[in-house]
Amino acid sequence: MPPILTDSRIRLDYRVITDLIKPQSRVLDLGCGDGELLALLIKNKSCKCTGIEIDEKAIYECIAKGLTVSHSDIDSGLNEYADKRFDYVILNESLQQMINPQKAILEALRVGKKVVVGIPNFCHIQARFQIFFHGRVPVTKELPYEWYDTPNLRFFSLKDFKIFCKANSIKICEERAIDATKEVSFLPNLFAHIGIFVLEK
Amino acid sequence: MSKDKLTESSLGIVETQYFTFAQAPNEMVLKSGIKLGPITIAYETYGTLNADKSNAILIFHALTGDAHAAGFHKDAKKPGWWNGMIGPGKSFDTDKYFFISSNCLGSCKGSTGPASINPATGKPYGLSFPVITIEDMVIAQRELIKHLGISKLLSVAGGSMGGLQALQWAIMYPQMIKSVIAVATNHRHTAQQIALHEVCRQAIMSDPDWLGGDYYGKTLPARGMALSRMIGHITYMSEKSMDEKFGRKLIGKEKVGYDFSTDFEVENYLKYRGDSFVQRFDANSYLYLTKALDYFDLAEDKDLTTVFKNTTSNFLVIAFTSDWLYPAYQAKEFVKALKLGGLDVSYVEINTNYGHDAFLVEIESQSHLVKHFLARMEKESDRDFDI
Repeated sequence: MPPILTDSRIRLDYRVITDLIKPQSRVLDLGCGDGELLALLIKNKSCKCTGIEIDEKAIYECIAKGLTVSHSDIDSGLNEYADKRFDYVILNESLQQMINPQKAILEALRVGKKVVVGIPNFCHIQARFQIFFHGRVPVTKELPYEWYDTPNLRFFSLKDFKIFCKANSIKICEERAIDATKEVSFLPNLFAHIGIFVLEK
Repeated sequence: MSKDKLTESSLGIVETQYFTFAQAPNEMVLKSGIKLGPITIAYETYGTLNADKSNAILIFHALTGDAHAAGFHKDAKKPGWWNGMIGPGKSFDTDKYFFISSNCLGSCKGSTGPASINPATGKPYGLSFPVITIEDMVIAQRELIKHLGISKLLSVAGGSMGGLQALQWAIMYPQMIKSVIAVATNHRHTAQQIALHEVCRQAIMSDPDWLGGDYYGKTLPARGMALSRMIGHITYMSEKSMDEKFGRKLIGKEKVGYDFSTDFEVENYLKYRGDSFVQRFDANSYLYLTKALDYFDLAEDKDLTTVFKNTTSNFLVIAFTSDWLYPAYQAKEFVKALKLGGLDVSYVEINTNYGHDAFLVEIESQSHLVKHFLARMEKESDRDFDI
């Protein structure tokens, strides 16, 4: 197993994404936050990285890490790049908060040869349990928001996402799923909290 | 900040120096085709040039600025205009880098401009001074850099008109610069910017004391200059910063006067700013420099991406949310062109109410960005960076 996957100090989804990306790739992270994932990719995979982030404070943290970043929303940020400019475009933990996720994925596939998508699974067994037995919209450790304060706009499962890809003629090259501590291979749509997909068109 | 800390982090006393070139018959050919010479450029340097001459950074001032960017002149109470940014341990760290700050061609702060003596006549040039452009300013700066024995600059940095010069450098001398820091600027002057300048110029030229630019040794065109500066100051602030600073506060009275004396504090402020301006800036220089700005258009009729095709520099572009003179969306236009050209560009929009003035005021956030950007440039200075 690659050493990056076993380093428990690092967020598991970051470890899996880092593992999925080939060394020396050009990478664009959409909604790169404080730039931790990009810094990991530079350190572990010698990637050439850049990010787009809307939050000003997070931008300052990226610059402090020596990253190249643009202060922008994802929509206007993506149209600043030529076709297939990057080997990978990352959309981690952001799709569920987008007004137009379909457009974002297709644009990401335009500027990137491959797109890495990380999504929360809204149909995890705990969530299903809460809906079924309590009759309530789920609030779990992984989906911690109440209905009135959630930043999420889109609620979908790993299965929903795969159906979406098929309908949009997007090829899923690789898929991984994780729970809080480890990778999940058995019935991921029921037991995984997060799905990570490598897409191509 | 304690007084000790202030003294400690300041450069102390600095002096302006002068460099003269383009002596006859080797006058400089301006963009207009007219020859100009000799040309003197006033400049200051801070810090120490290292042995391999790889730590030099060129700083550009804004419209009415000067070479005195940091430290104190002897007996002066106020430091240079970017003292918060430049000094030992500051973001533009004089312990690490060597800074050159020069007064631009056409100004009146020590460099050759319309107020300088024309050697051919022994009198000030006045309107016989040729119209200059941002390109001409950059060519003159390059002569200075050559004179200092520097062949590569770690960075070129400036805000407003200084930012235009930084971008112009990236196009004219791409092989000479590792990086560009462009603040509150754009790649072409827009109709609104030209219009505002034209009002300023008309204010000066319609002053009876302007005398077709031949006012030297006579009464200065003070009213025209004051009016022009009042307009300028409005464009440097934002609606919000003006309202916060002045609101509807009255000056020296409890009630409005129902006459045309000064009622509001904002009126008083603008008048003060206007009146003091004629003492510190030459009216003709103001005409020439605003003209140079208005002629500025990097793309002209070409595609902007192709204009940067030979550029290899890394860019840090900073804009301010409330700047309506050089709005952030204009910065984003050239950022987009740079990115489409495959260049390494970081873009940050600082949230502030200070308007265009923010590049002189928002020191903390700019310091953070500049410091880390330069650290990366230093580290990567021998590596070709491409993304």
